Amino acid sequence: MGAEFVQFSLTPILIGVFAAIACALPGNFLILRRQALIGDAISHVVLPGIVVAFLLTGMVAAIPMMIGAAGAAILAVILIEAVKRLGQIEPGAAMGVVFTTMFAAGVLILEQSDTSQVHLDVEHALMGNLESLIWFRADGWGSLLDPAALASLPDELPRIALVCALVVVLTLVFWRWLKIATFDEGFAQALGIPAAAVGFGLMVTAAVAAVAAFDAVGSIIVIAMFICPPAAARLMTNRLAHQVWWSVAFATMSAILGYVFAGYGPLWFGAQNAVSAAGMIATVSGVILGLACLFGPHRSRVGAGRDEAA
Amino acid sequence: MASPMSPGQQPTIATENGRAARPVAVPSGAPLAVRGLTVSYGEKPAVFSVDATFPAESMSAIIGPNGAGKSTLLKASLGVIPRLSGDVYVFGQAIEKARERIAYVPQRASVDWDFPTTVMDVVQMGLYRRVGLLGRLSGRMAARARDCLDRVGMADFAHRQIGQLSGGQQQRVFLARALAQDADLYLLDEPFAGVDAATERAIIDVLKTLKAEGKAVVAVHHDLSTVRDYFDHVFLINVRRIAEGPVATAFTTGNLQATYGGRLAATHLDELSPTGGA
Repeated sequence: MGAEFVQFSLTPILIGVFAAIACALPGNFLILRRQALIGDAISHVVLPGIVVAFLLTGMVAAIPMMIGAAGAAILAVILIEAVKRLGQIEPGAAMGVVFTTMFAAGVLILEQSDTSQVHLDVEHALMGNLESLIWFRADGWGSLLDPAALASLPDELPRIALVCALVVVLTLVFWRWLKIATFDEGFAQALGIPAAAVGFGLMVTAAVAAVAAFDAVGSIIVIAMFICPPAAARLMTNRLAHQVWWSVAFATMSAILGYVFAGYGPLWFGAQNAVSAAGMIATVSGVILGLACLFGPHRSRVGAGRDEAA
Repeated sequence: MASPMSPGQQPTIATENGRAARPVAVPSGAPLAVRGLTVSYGEKPAVFSVDATFPAESMSAIIGPNGAGKSTLLKASLGVIPRLSGDVYVFGQAIEKARERIAYVPQRASVDWDFPTTVMDVVQMGLYRRVGLLGRLSGRMAARARDCLDRVGMADFAHRQIGQLSGGQQQRVFLARALAQDADLYLLDEPFAGVDAATERAIIDVLKTLKAEGKAVVAVHHDLSTVRDYFDHVFLINVRRIAEGPVATAFTTGNLQATYGGRLAATHLDELSPTGGA
């Protein structure tokens, strides 16, 4: 692997790995809270956020769009909480109501405005443009030490790396609160831990991770990474800390293998063109989950505990 | 070990002119005193304008029919569910200032036992308030958690995943977690629901030891036949307060009839309450 790898594959793979980890970490807690659908919800509401940001600013620049997306995601989180509490219904139903409505509104606004002429097409929203995030100025591993070459790295890389680092730090700092508020919310509140705020913070963190990942890799990966690596990890262990490590490993494997299979896999079978990296990464994560379901050492426990305890 | 109750502590509401801010004065330093508590889940109140005082160095039972607001009273006192109105005092202080003096055992069915964690991990959650977010769990604290597991007879299960335990064992783990909190007031929500006889015995032994150590125990309790054996004090509730006091004077046929209405047969009541009417 030489200059060509660094120029064409290194940055997309790194972006894919950071995006996968940033989504998988909060995903661990979301699946344990039976809120995994929130990843789906957020990646849908991102659309109206981006469209409105474009209409307000008239720019296809990343920063206003990410602000719009984050705003829409946080609005959705608040609306989901409100629908859940005021309607006294289960979280899944509240998410379903909010995200379908906001996504539909996004489609309508997109259609009514001229935004469909610009880069805001649905395919981009789904697939992202991972393959295009190449490092033009790189001419080998030495470029990693060359300030001029480093300055031309795609903007998405430092952005998703920063968000990934933020998610890692938040997970480490709030580890105990996340664990206890997820396992036993009532007990956490009795201890004086702000369990509701922890839950809300988790959703906002998930929203920020989803928006940053969406910007770089599209919503297919976002949805897959919130659910598949943590769910597969749950089947590998009965310890939360080990589960989180497994999920990071699975997310990383999905991103690397998915990118390699998408880029080179079709060539091995004699095809001419590569397939979508985002689609392949999501598919690999699903295959990993399938294998964990078949061969994971703790697969029989999942879903069995509640019936037994009741 | 925890400090004994400080008897001199005054309630936070003003009583100088002989009239409390609320109609009923708060008994100075009672382990748990609730005044004017109202909780509602929808249109209908689950608990309405309840005053309750639970005495020190005793075991109190909260008794009432299903849907009478027993658990709601406990959870709203702790702030686990929001209260519409009312004040809660723990050893004469507002509850927010006295949280480290309270231990809590939620209903066993309120959590997902499939959660990826071990018995020891759950017990250590009782220490989270003390160790904080990032504080190190010292060797002494870990030893303390092991000791609490030992007290409920679960030391051999420390590294089991919690979903692999029986219902009774899960309840013991919850009690061990409350013991790790090292509190002066223990609030338990149906600690005997769905547990085996050996576990019930083990739990009641631990609670009686706590009482002997000068702690106060308050439990939501279902089984009227064991009230006399287990408890000193009862609080009868059916949305409103029906009666409260020592078992000998408050656990009477008349009070039970007022609490349960026609839901208990008169003969059943006689068996439970040999002291007769109020």
